[in-house]
Amino acid sequence: MSEPVVVVGGWASPFVTRVCIALKLKGVEYEFLQEAVGRKSELLLRSNPVHKKMPVLLHGGRPVCESLVILQYVDEVFPGSSILPADPYHRAVHRFWAEYADAKLHTALRTMRGMVGGDKADAAEQVSAALRQLEDALAECSGGKPYFGGDDFGFLDIVVGSYIGWFGAAEKIAGLRVLDEASTPRLAAWAARFCAHEAVRDLMPDADRLVEFGEVLRAALAANASCRP
Amino acid sequence: MAEPVKLIGTFGSPFVHRAEVALRLKGVPYELILEDLTNKSELLLRHNPIHKSVPVLLHGDRPAICESLLIVEYIDEAFDGPPLLPIDPYDRAMARFWAQFIEQKCAKPFWMALWLNDGDKREVFVKEAKENMALLESRLHGKRFFAGDTVGYLDFAACGLALVLGVLAEVTGLSLVGEDEFPLLRRWADDYTSEETVKACLPPREQLVAHFSGKKDRIKLAVNAMACQM
Repeated sequence: MSEPVVVVGGWASPFVTRVCIALKLKGVEYEFLQEAVGRKSELLLRSNPVHKKMPVLLHGGRPVCESLVILQYVDEVFPGSSILPADPYHRAVHRFWAEYADAKLHTALRTMRGMVGGDKADAAEQVSAALRQLEDALAECSGGKPYFGGDDFGFLDIVVGSYIGWFGAAEKIAGLRVLDEASTPRLAAWAARFCAHEAVRDLMPDADRLVEFGEVLRAALAANASCRP
Repeated sequence: MAEPVKLIGTFGSPFVHRAEVALRLKGVPYELILEDLTNKSELLLRHNPIHKSVPVLLHGDRPAICESLLIVEYIDEAFDGPPLLPIDPYDRAMARFWAQFIEQKCAKPFWMALWLNDGDKREVFVKEAKENMALLESRLHGKRFFAGDTVGYLDFAACGLALVLGVLAEVTGLSLVGEDEFPLLRRWADDYTSEETVKACLPPREQLVAHFSGKKDRIKLAVNAMACQM
């Protein structure tokens, strides 16, 4: 009998979205526990005492934390489509660009969305530069096929793809272009393809909804801050 | 015939050490190319244009593999020999989690705590470093090495800690850890650096002490300049 799978997280987090996409790709049934905005549940804090962050995957009650660690765990434990490529060299390439994407995109996008302080134009330039690198990576990894993973999407598609909703939200809030067909045509086409995929469609947050969410989150965090002694 | 393996590194780097010890445990012959990071070679810049750092692994004709922990995973997957990561997927996830913890949460506070001039700022980093060391200490309960009875991936990931507790403590005259603190980590550092395969690719302690003593002023300058911008 298979052990229950639970994801503790929030629909707006790209780190959570990527875990859900991976589980859907594998055809794994799971329970999604949505965290309250601006507040961490006791379950989250107990399951991830080190970082106190989402997502947490609970498999038969055992927690796995850190999204890239979770993705590899899901790939190794559940049968079905492979997420990481088979060849060790290509696996290293996917892992490299996944770490690069998280290092370059996450904080810069949060800056553009006004979630953290910083110059929005500088942040936009950092994101654009990173996307130009990922455009080249896409050409190399895909070898002309539709995805970083080749004929079907894989690890790197899921990691970079989990930011697509945020690209849209950042553009609306900052009024600055993020994913630009002119400078990164392959990536723009790939993004549309990725979002239309049946394993992604219902999980990719809508940009307008993310903009609204950002406002709700900011208000909740400000309320928490003003309550602290 | 086996494809040639080259490792671009630099003397005394714990990141390069991770790749070397992994290759040795797998029994993979390799050529070590040492870089002077104050004067980076065209070879390094060509093979790691994104980060311009070491280590870089060249395996046959393949484009370079960069980032030390990714190199260790590649070595584990590409070559036969004893496994470097645990076999069980949950244990693998734990090893990757703690390796990431060491990368993201330990490297910087330890480094800053060792080299900062400002006592107040240093105290903040020492506190953070010790909180993180307590978490690592708890991973060693009932185990000789992080990986179990023999060294593995998580030990390599933590090797910088052995450097901090040993060589760098001597060079800076700063022991971040009191004699009665973190006994399991201090014992691990001794056991790790004495382990046969590890020892074979670690420079002798006196050489490491001399190397870091020679760089002391340059490191202090860079770290304190960085601290001013924080």
